[in-house]
Amino acid sequence: MTWSSILIQLLNGLAGAASLFLVSAGLSLIFGVTRIVNFAHGSLYMLGLYGAYTLIETFGRTPLGFWSGVALAALLVGLAGALIEVAILRRIYRAPELFQLLATFAVVLVIKDIALFAWGPEDLVGPRAPGLRTPVEIFDKRIPLYDLVLIGIGPLVLGILWLLLTRTRWGTLVRAATQDREMVAALGVDQARLFTSVFFAGSVLAGLGGALQIPREPANLELDLSVIADAFVVTVVGGLGSIPGAFLAAIMIGVAKAFCIGIGTVQWFGVEIAFSKLTLVVEFLIMGLVLIIRPYGLLGRPPAQQRHSGEPAPPLVPPGWKVAAVWLVPLLLLPAAGDRYLVVLATDIACFALFAASLHLIMGPAGMVSFGHAAYFGIGAYAAGLLFKRAGLPMEAALALAPLAAGFAALIYGWFCVRLSGVYLAMLTLAFAQISWSIAFQWDSFTGGSNGIVGVWPAAWLASKTAYFYLALAVAAGGIALLWRVLFSPFGATLRAGRDSPLRLEAIGVELRRYQWAAFVLVGALAGAAGALFAFSKGSLSPSVISIALSTDALIMVLLGGVDTLTGPLAGAALFTWLRDEVARRTEFWRAVMGLVILAIVLIFPQGLVGGVKALVARWRRARA
Amino acid sequence: MSAVLEVEDLAKSFGGVRAVAGVSFAVAAGELLALIGPNGAGKSTCFNMLNGQLRPDTGRVRLAGRDIAGLPPRRVWRLGVGRTFQITATFASLTVRENVQMALYSHAGRLGSMLARFGGAFVAEADALLDQVGMRAQADRVCGVLAYGDLKRVELAIALANAPRLLLMDEPTAGMAPRERGALMGLAASLARARGIAVLFTEHDMDVVFGHANRVIVLDRGRLIAGGAPAEVRADAAVRAVYLGGSA
Ligand SMILES: Nc1ncnc2c1ncn2[C@@H]1O[C@H](COP(=O)(O)OP(=O)(O)OP(=O)(O)O)[C@@H](O)[C@H]1O
Ligand SMILES: [Mg+2]
Repeated sequence: MTWSSILIQLLNGLAGAASLFLVSAGLSLIFGVTRIVNFAHGSLYMLGLYGAYTLIETFGRTPLGFWSGVALAALLVGLAGALIEVAILRRIYRAPELFQLLATFAVVLVIKDIALFAWGPEDLVGPRAPGLRTPVEIFDKRIPLYDLVLIGIGPLVLGILWLLLTRTRWGTLVRAATQDREMVAALGVDQARLFTSVFFAGSVLAGLGGALQIPREPANLELDLSVIADAFVVTVVGGLGSIPGAFLAAIMIGVAKAFCIGIGTVQWFGVEIAFSKLTLVVEFLIMGLVLIIRPYGLLGRPPAQQRHSGEPAPPLVPPGWKVAAVWLVPLLLLPAAGDRYLVVLATDIACFALFAASLHLIMGPAGMVSFGHAAYFGIGAYAAGLLFKRAGLPMEAALALAPLAAGFAALIYGWFCVRLSGVYLAMLTLAFAQISWSIAFQWDSFTGGSNGIVGVWPAAWLASKTAYFYLALAVAAGGIALLWRVLFSPFGATLRAGRDSPLRLEAIGVELRRYQWAAFVLVGALAGAAGALFAFSKGSLSPSVISIALSTDALIMVLLGGVDTLTGPLAGAALFTWLRDEVARRTEFWRAVMGLVILAIVLIFPQGLVGGVKALVARWRRARA
Repeated sequence: MSAVLEVEDLAKSFGGVRAVAGVSFAVAAGELLALIGPNGAGKSTCFNMLNGQLRPDTGRVRLAGRDIAGLPPRRVWRLGVGRTFQITATFASLTVRENVQMALYSHAGRLGSMLARFGGAFVAEADALLDQVGMRAQADRVCGVLAYGDLKRVELAIALANAPRLLLMDEPTAGMAPRERGALMGLAASLARARGIAVLFTEHDMDVVFGHANRVIVLDRGRLIAGGAPAEVRADAAVRAVYLGGSA
């Protein structure tokens, strides 16, 4: 590379960093004050992009039309954010944190379908910025003037935010709340108004980040989750709640990505490395490295003394044989009903029940929330597919070995993950899942890239849907029984104890991390088994088995059923899978329907379905007594 | 008397704050040593350095002659140091008995098993410990619902589970009724004597301190300003000044 092309890549990276910074600053601001991990933040960015497209088309492609369109889009997105806060989140601030997360997932689903309804499924290519189209010559290379403007906007917004935060009463409150939420409540500040205003401000930043991208990136429906993943990485690298940190991290990541694209494909010692395909991997590698060196991000601080938020987890009750029988007997008889469709659905449910149960162990009793559990499901599925198609192993062997592959991935990923806790841990799991996804997606020659692998069919004796269903049921039931058994073993008790009080556990001679690491491997292997089962039941697989969307599906299943019970995640998996199937057959907008159902459940049963039903039964018993 | 714990010139700063600034003392087997001082004097910081929670900036901590400064808490525990925390730390979702059993399983190195059922072993041992601290009747209750004073008792039972030679108790009687306080410290004193356990405790209730401690040392702004038999310390002018001529 010449010096001029290095400079160009640097400028490219800085321009890309501007939007990344805006959207991450908004996320960080909202998290800092409300402690809500707003998964819908990427959706707000997406709305900003779509909104700017439509507004600029309406106002006309003049400089005035362009900039007023961008500004109005950001403002409208801000209002949408405030509306989400007032209508939904405000009602559940007292609910467990994970439930707030579930609500924001639901909002993601709803917004995606609103965008689908309003703008259709096609990518929309926006106008270039009027008046800023002429490229600027730098040495012998050209760069759009608009990119230079973007490079200026990042520090400008940083400066404005800094002034707002340090020179206004609102800013003082925001900073105080970021440091100590309870203290602000104690000071008698109107918390509701503070939260709404913070949501508004954070959403404006997301909307502006999106709207400013319109000349550089087409509006599309996949942006919500890809942007939220990027924003997570930036906030975590910069330090949660730190806006200068987000700025620094956005620049680091933006520039690193630009250089990857700029370098292109290189030959090193005869090995061809396509750097342009490594952008995602590089981004997440940076995150991994930073977290290992500075576990709380570049400019983040360790969370202030962790006071117990909410109530301690209730004790776990081991399910008896009766519970198992109630679940198993109807399932065993199910194929007798003669409905082929039902058998296929039940096979799906069996796979997802095992998947959800494995996620539940790690996030509930072990207290380590994973945003990227699909990594293990997907690696299991790919291992099964690759062993079967490429290594030519018999299906039975591929199915048996797949969990080992997933367990091995969990062994490596888990080593890093157990060094962190809370939101940082959750985001690192997401990062690993994204790395796995991008490898599956971009390594065409081995994994089949976006087409995936086809022709992954079960052995002859399992060819009938009914036979395969019994296999899936047996594997899922066996896996779930194993998970439950482990939960009530000394090992499982240690995990629960470590969630309750890591301090006490260490003080009685236990190195919690080793147990958590082993738990990662166990649930990784079982999620891998679920993925392998799933792959053979479908006959094919694609990168969607490692996607963020699947990871959030699993979280929804667990949270919907209730994280404090053992049968909850199974009920959640069944309900979610069935409902999605039913709704998807009837309407294109199944996501919105699912989202609304989830929101209704969140608002009515804040302990999840099984928890809610249990509470109702308890109340009914008390009323009778 | 042989010293179980010897502390030499221990110091720790946080940023610019010298929380503990060069402290030396020793505790003998069977002895109850009270570490007293006003809020923020550095008592908990001291404790945290003794059991490995914090790494001291300087100084030595010798347990039965072996330097343990800088070892992680889990290793210190394995060497026979039990501790209770100023803000109780118990396993809220486990029952009282299971809390004690966790420590007993850990002591026996049996927490790694993934398939055995937790809770079947060490029942008698756990109940015996709970009997001692008066929590046997509540053994099956979940810790998350206990009153604060009861949690302190559970913590004491946990801390005794590995038959420690040194027991560190950070405000063991906070949150208890006055009469219970005397009973709990009476228990600690009798255990210390019967089993030769060295006990170091902090306490704000001066009746407890002067009623049960064999010796008292006084910490103020990170430094020891007095030490000796309870009666001497009670009469010490410097101590009176620190406590504003209060109840001491
Ligand atoms: N982790 C920490 N970071 C910064 N400062 C700390 C930390 N822990 C303690 N301090 C400071 O060190 C000093 C001593 O605190 P310490 O908790 O040891 O006092 P204490 O004697 O136990 O008080 P109390 O009677 O209130 O429990 C205090 O000024 C405290 O603010
Ligand atoms: Mg203290």
